Parts: sequence; structure tokens; C-alpha cells
Amino acid sequence: MNKRALLKKCLAAAFVGLVLLLLYAPILLLAVYSFNSVDLIGTWGDFSFRHYAKLFGDPVILEMIGNTLLLAVIAASLSTLLGTTGALGMYYCRRRTKALVHGASQIPIINAEIVTALALAVTFVAVGVSKSYFTLLIGHMVICTPFVVLSVMPKLKQMDNSLYEAALDLGASPAKALFRIVLPQIIPGVISGFMLAITLSLDDYIVTVYTRPAGFETISTYVYNATTKGNAHTAEVLSSFWALTTIIFLVIVLFVVVSNLSGLRRKKEAK
Amino acid sequence: MKIPRFSRKTLCIPYAVFLVFFVIIPMLVILFYAFTDKEMHLSFHNFIRFFSDPTKLSTIVYSLVIALITTVVCLLIAYPVAYILARSTLKRKFVILMLFVMPMWINFVLRVNALREIFNSLASAPGMEWLGSANYFKTVFGMVYDFLPFMILPLYTTMQKIDPSLYEASADLGGSGATSFFRVTLPLSMPGIMSGVTMVFLPSMTNYVVSDMLGNAKVTIIGKFIYEYFGSDWHMGSMVALILLIVVFLSTWFSGGFKSEENVRGANL
Repeated sequence: MNKRALLKKCLAAAFVGLVLLLLYAPILLLAVYSFNSVDLIGTWGDFSFRHYAKLFGDPVILEMIGNTLLLAVIAASLSTLLGTTGALGMYYCRRRTKALVHGASQIPIINAEIVTALALAVTFVAVGVSKSYFTLLIGHMVICTPFVVLSVMPKLKQMDNSLYEAALDLGASPAKALFRIVLPQIIPGVISGFMLAITLSLDDYIVTVYTRPAGFETISTYVYNATTKGNAHTAEVLSSFWALTTIIFLVIVLFVVVSNLSGLRRKKEAK
Repeated sequence: MKIPRFSRKTLCIPYAVFLVFFVIIPMLVILFYAFTDKEMHLSFHNFIRFFSDPTKLSTIVYSLVIALITTVVCLLIAYPVAYILARSTLKRKFVILMLFVMPMWINFVLRVNALREIFNSLASAPGMEWLGSANYFKTVFGMVYDFLPFMILPLYTTMQKIDPSLYEASADLGGSGATSFFRVTLPLSMPGIMSGVTMVFLPSMTNYVVSDMLGNAKVTIIGKFIYEYFGSDWHMGSMVALILLIVVFLSTWFSGGFKSEENVRGANL
């Protein structure tokens, strides 16, 4: 390799590295200072688990974490069910119907989240439905389900249709054929749709704010309120968010490493 | 009793009903509210008021400029990254791409909060006092930080599909590096640029969480309007939402986004 190509390669690597560094610096700094005994970033007191103790000792914070996780699991499960059946139905529908449903399904994806949120909220009020866990769930399903459909659809297109016909010929009922033949073929899409729905729901702030019942807090709404409005014990609460961010980050890293390793192992076994 | 025969098509019904009730009807409700006044009479008052209030208009201009700068900076950072990754011969480039996607899985409010904390501590350092009141700078920085993966992913996906033999052909035919870039890479990565730009431009116009948390409540963007009106005046709020809706649909239509089924939020990873 000549010198110029090598230089180019180094520059490219340095650029990618620099962008990654910028992307991770705030999270990593926060992670380091989450073990600080002082409530200040930049001033190192002592190594301590004080912020973690605060995090796990605050019932309000624990409740909002529970709220966030439970909502994500319920919303993602329902979205996956609705989206998978929807995608299956669309796949077998006539062309026109399919295009129509698909078009409507695209609306929440390309729309600004705040427009979706406001439209839902105004509609609920207009028809006299007061905000409850139900409306919140609907809001989250509106933003999650189209993405489930999007991840199931390609798998349906790759599917071998003759297997389903064969199952029917061999005497299986349509429902049985669907469960035993079609579902196993699209399951990777269903799983990735579910994961995507979980992430979208966990990450959501705007739709939550417009559709939640009074007093219901998720991580997003709680942190936003604590940082922008501020109250008596703001400083205390803020530093426990450092601990929360660190825990979430570690869980993600762990998840990525484990799923990559198991993927590698599966590949090796397949060989 | 006659049991209707099970058909695969009927599976579509629940989702279709869901879409009608919670997507289509709400859009029509917005349309209705936008063009009515408090007594529910047809009125263009909201429309006129939106475009005649000078403070509103200046905020809109600011908001558009912020979104534009955010998008351009994201593109300038993301394009080389995607290009380098797509053309890299590394075996494990998947891991590097994963590193760019991973921050997206941390709650974005927590991520912006991390940035806010770092800015706050930096601003107290000597010589860095300017940072404390640089609200627009911090807002744009935060948006770039937050939305960068949305730009990288679609760019990477389209660039990876470019056949490498095209580069070779271009070089063999005497094209210089720059010619190859402008005649091969750039035109072929256009769909990725388009979808990345919409993925970044739209939230940076509407996601007021970033501007509120980093801009000391001094930076107002269009999304914040809707929030403020929601408490007091639905009709006006609906009008702003409707205008945003039209902008989104026009831009998607022009960029041909309705056809693409690419999942840009990382589902295909």
C-alpha cells in the first residue's frame, strides 16, 4: 500500500473515531460522575454509590421507571399483535385495499410526532373521552404499530407461498396453516418489529404528554419536567438521573454484546 | 348458525379499523378545528392570524433556520461517516455501525440531559462563560447530537447498495477521485440524502424538548407553538399542525418517500 492511501485510511479512521467520541462523551462523562460523592460534574469528591442509593431509594422515581417499562411492554405487545395480523391481512388483500391500508399506515411514520399527538388529543376531547391509561396506550400504539408492519412486510414478501398451499392440500385448516407454516417464516420480522416498538415507546415524550392521564409520569416526562421547571429538590433528583442514564447505558451495552456473541455462535454452529 | 369462513384477508380488519379511528379521523378532526372558530363556524381567521403575526413569523423563520443548520451539519458529518463505513473493507464494520446506532436506544430526554449537564459544567470553567448564554448554539448542537444517527443510517443503507464495480469502471475510464464522487457516489446516494434530510429536518423543527432543555427557554421552535396553543386555543393549534402536515406531505411527495419501504429507524439491523 502506498503512503497516500495509508494516510487517507488513517484520516478516515480518525474522523469516524472523532464523531463517535463526540457522540459518547456526554454519556461516558455522566457515567463517570455518577460514582462521584458530590452533586457536581467537574469536581471529584470521592468514589461513592450515593447517587445509585438515591435512585433506588426514591419511590417516585421507581414508580416512573416502572410506569415506563410496563407501558412499553404492553404497548409493544399489542402493537406487535395488531401490526402482524395487519401485515398478514394486507399481504393477502386485493391490490387496491392493500395500497389504501398501507398508505394510511405510513401517515404516523412520516408525520411530525407532535401533529399525531395533537390530533389524537383533540379527537379524544372532541368525542368526550377523558384521558386515561387507555388513551395513552392508544397513543403509543399509533406510533409503534406502523413500524411493526414495516418490519413484518419484507418477511412476507420473501416467504414461500407454496408451503401454505401444500399445508392446505395436506388437510390443515387455514388457521392451522397460518400458525404452523406462515408464522415461523415471518417470526424474525415480528421480533424485530417488537423490539422497535419497545424502543419507540420507551423513547417517546411528545405523544405521552398529550395522551397521558393526569399524574402519570414516564422517564421522559419526569426528566423533562425536572430539568425545565425545577423545584425544591431538583439538584438531588438531577444527580440521580446520572445513575439512571448509566444503568440504561450499561443494559444496552450488555444487550448488544450478548446478542452479537450469540449471533456469532449461531453462525459458527451453522458452519 | 352459520360461522363465517376464516379468510386470511379478514386479519386486516382490526388494523384497518384502528387506522381509521386513530389516524384518519384525528387528521380530519384537525382539519375541522383548523378552519372553525370557537363557535364552530367556518372561518379562515386562524389561517390569516398565523401569517399576519410578526412575532410568530420571526419565530418560524428562526425555527426554520435552526432546522436548516441542524440538517446541514448532520449531513456534513454523517455523509463522510456513511461513505467511509460503506466502502470500508473491515470485516467487523457492522460493529462500528452499531456504535452509531446504540445511543438511540438511550431515552432521548436522558441523552439531552447528559449534554445539558456537560454544557453546564463547561460553562462554569474559566474562559467558557460564553457557553452559558449561547442558547442557539447549544440547541443546534443538541439537535445534531440527538438526530445524527437518523442521518447516518439511511445514507449508509443506500451507499452500501452502490455496486463497487461502478467505482472501478469510473477509475478505469479515467475519472479522478472527485469525478467519481460527483458522477457516481453523489447521484446514487441521493435517495439516502433525501430520507436522511426529512428524518432530521422535521424533528428539528418540531421536537421542542431539545430546545427547551438546552436553550434556557429562550429558543422557541414551531413545535412549541402547538404545545402552547394546546392549552388555550385548539383551533389555532390545529391550524399550525395542519400547516406542518401539509409541509410534511409535500416534501415527502416531492422526494418520492411514499414509495420507499426502507425502515430507517434501525429495524433492519
